[in-house]
Amino acid sequence: MKGLFKRDLALAIRAGGGFGLGLAFFLIVTILVPFGVGPNTATLSIIAPGVLWIGALLACLLSLDRVFQVDWEDGSLDLLATSPLPLENVAAAKALAHWVTTGLPLVVAAPILGLLLNLPMPGYLWLMLSLALGTPALSAIGTFGAALTVGVKRGGLLLSLLVLPLYVPTLIFGALVVTRGAAGLDATTPLALLAGITLATLAGLPFAAAAALRVNLR
Amino acid sequence: MSSLWEYANPRKFMTTSAALLPWVSGIAALCLGVGLVWGFFFTPDDFRMGSTVKIFYVHVPSAIMAVNAWVMMLVCSLIWVIRRHHVSALAAKAAAPVGMVFTAIALFTGAIWGQPMWGTWWEWDPRLTAFLILFLFYLGYMALWEAIENPDSAADLTSVLCLVGSVFAVISRYALVFWNQGLHQGATLSLDAEQNIADEFWYPALFSLAGFGFLFLALVLYRTQTEIRARRLKALIAQERMA
Amino acid sequence: MQLHTEIQVPPHDVHIFGPPQPEAEPFPHPQLSATGEAMHVSVTNLACARGGLQVLAGVQFAVSSGQALVLKGPNGSGKTTLLRTLAGLTPPLSGQIETAPDAIAYAGHADGLKAQLTTAENLRFWAEVFGTSGIAEAVDAFDLHELLDRRAGELSAGQKRRLSLARLLVTGRLVWCLDEPTVSLDAENTARFARAVEAHLTGGGSAIIATHIDLGLSRSETLDITPFVAKSLPSEDPFSDEAFA
Repeated sequence: MKGLFKRDLALAIRAGGGFGLGLAFFLIVTILVPFGVGPNTATLSIIAPGVLWIGALLACLLSLDRVFQVDWEDGSLDLLATSPLPLENVAAAKALAHWVTTGLPLVVAAPILGLLLNLPMPGYLWLMLSLALGTPALSAIGTFGAALTVGVKRGGLLLSLLVLPLYVPTLIFGALVVTRGAAGLDATTPLALLAGITLATLAGLPFAAAAALRVNLR
Repeated sequence: MSSLWEYANPRKFMTTSAALLPWVSGIAALCLGVGLVWGFFFTPDDFRMGSTVKIFYVHVPSAIMAVNAWVMMLVCSLIWVIRRHHVSALAAKAAAPVGMVFTAIALFTGAIWGQPMWGTWWEWDPRLTAFLILFLFYLGYMALWEAIENPDSAADLTSVLCLVGSVFAVISRYALVFWNQGLHQGATLSLDAEQNIADEFWYPALFSLAGFGFLFLALVLYRTQTEIRARRLKALIAQERMA
Repeated sequence: MQLHTEIQVPPHDVHIFGPPQPEAEPFPHPQLSATGEAMHVSVTNLACARGGLQVLAGVQFAVSSGQALVLKGPNGSGKTTLLRTLAGLTPPLSGQIETAPDAIAYAGHADGLKAQLTTAENLRFWAEVFGTSGIAEAVDAFDLHELLDRRAGELSAGQKRRLSLARLLVTGRLVWCLDEPTVSLDAENTARFARAVEAHLTGGGSAIIATHIDLGLSRSETLDITPFVAKSLPSEDPFSDEAFA
């Protein structure tokens, strides 16, 4: 499992791996928002938590179709399925690698983009906390969606259609943490619920993803 | 009839459903006719809501059916995953578009009712939003069925999606309550309340509810028959190619 | 990076494929073939499906230690399906496949290589996944020394194939299930591959190979799968019911 995780990191970082694309996408989406809603800093600071969370969510979505598709096309997925590594572990390692290459950079970059949107001062810690706790759920749910659609040619759009409704609770609690935190209110309740969702998806979805992979491989 | 599982045989299902369908369709038409005509023309206007209350006879049953269809898909998916009865998987497939249309009707009639009552076509109320998300779940479920060629694989994958989706749907429902307290009135029909509404509204509502239930059953039976015929055709074509 | 110096080449008496068969029996339920050798794969009345349709029925064969089974049959007859079923990727429609758990190494049409990783990295990844250590033998057997530091994406089709076949040695598994392994190999490398298979068999392994060419293996049997090609839908298919309304 460690080997697969390390390999996926290496593949993401090397040329053509797409590392940084999600981050660039997050940056562009955030920069585009003021063009759409106007430069009024008061308005921007109200919508900043939601915009940052939706930007992070879309950036995660962007790289999901690569999670299994490349391994499926070059035959490695067949070989992994016949290896001693259980497919549940394959799914978990893939989700983890996706989070480290996509989710983690977003957590680090989010405060800088928060400045652009005039996010109120007390919100920054909550923003990083909520993204750090919430993006693993996005990767785990997304890996499940990628496993469902791995056999579908050009399944990227279908993947979004399946995954986005599943992102609703994570988004609600994640954005709520930042909104409440930025307003100077206590945000520990939504943060705890967000952490609960993350733990539950990490515990359960690798099994669902492995079941989907087994169906797609036969 | 020795066991419920006999209906897992497509042939047995076809003969039984063919015998049942005229009756189910007839009862659906009768109940809907009685319930809607009674509800629309022979009940008094509500003292607060006026005549707009009458959309209730369509809105509430379709909302109930929208959720019921998903529950039926969940049960059918479980039966397919555990016992691998093809009819069960096809019934789940058949129920999805019906459930989606009921969801759309509930949302649409809700918007029409909400306009005079709340002064807005759409409100991000948890109950309304939950139906919007349910609509998206139906869309995704149907899109996955369409995208996978091998029917057994499609049944497996949509079942997994239905199981996981159901868990997320319940979480979303409670997340939405947390997110926004909402405008929507509480459940109009519930079993534990002593009396929800006056009898004069209640009886036509019962007819309309039964009508929608039988309509749902009839549509699902029709659509399952169609799916079984499509699979039969596929089997015949394969048989021809092999021989 | 000099991979071949990092790895210790085992002494000659150490067997790459684990201890020789008769002394230590790697199977939990040993079965002996007619010649007294350990049975590796035993298939009884197997029916396989591809895309939900039955393609093979009544397949029957057994492969024991030191033996190679060459699958023949026209294109589309179901060789790939049979190999995928043996490898456990596709569940069988009916029938039994008896193998020891974790005995089969599968190699399909696709090479399963990562273009951005070097030859050495590709092999090391599989060694880590399979929990084995010896990749030096694999490098020797397929003459990959020159290619170790080159990225797999830069290799020619034949070189990729060699790397992909070298992975089989890395897995350390007993039964090789190979689907058209000699595609894009030249005559010299085909001979090299045949020698690797021969060494695998001599070491107590076995192989099931779908191929159209004669590899010149000493102990090989040929199985023509044409007689097993399914002529009808499986009887359990509820939609093929003759009396269907």
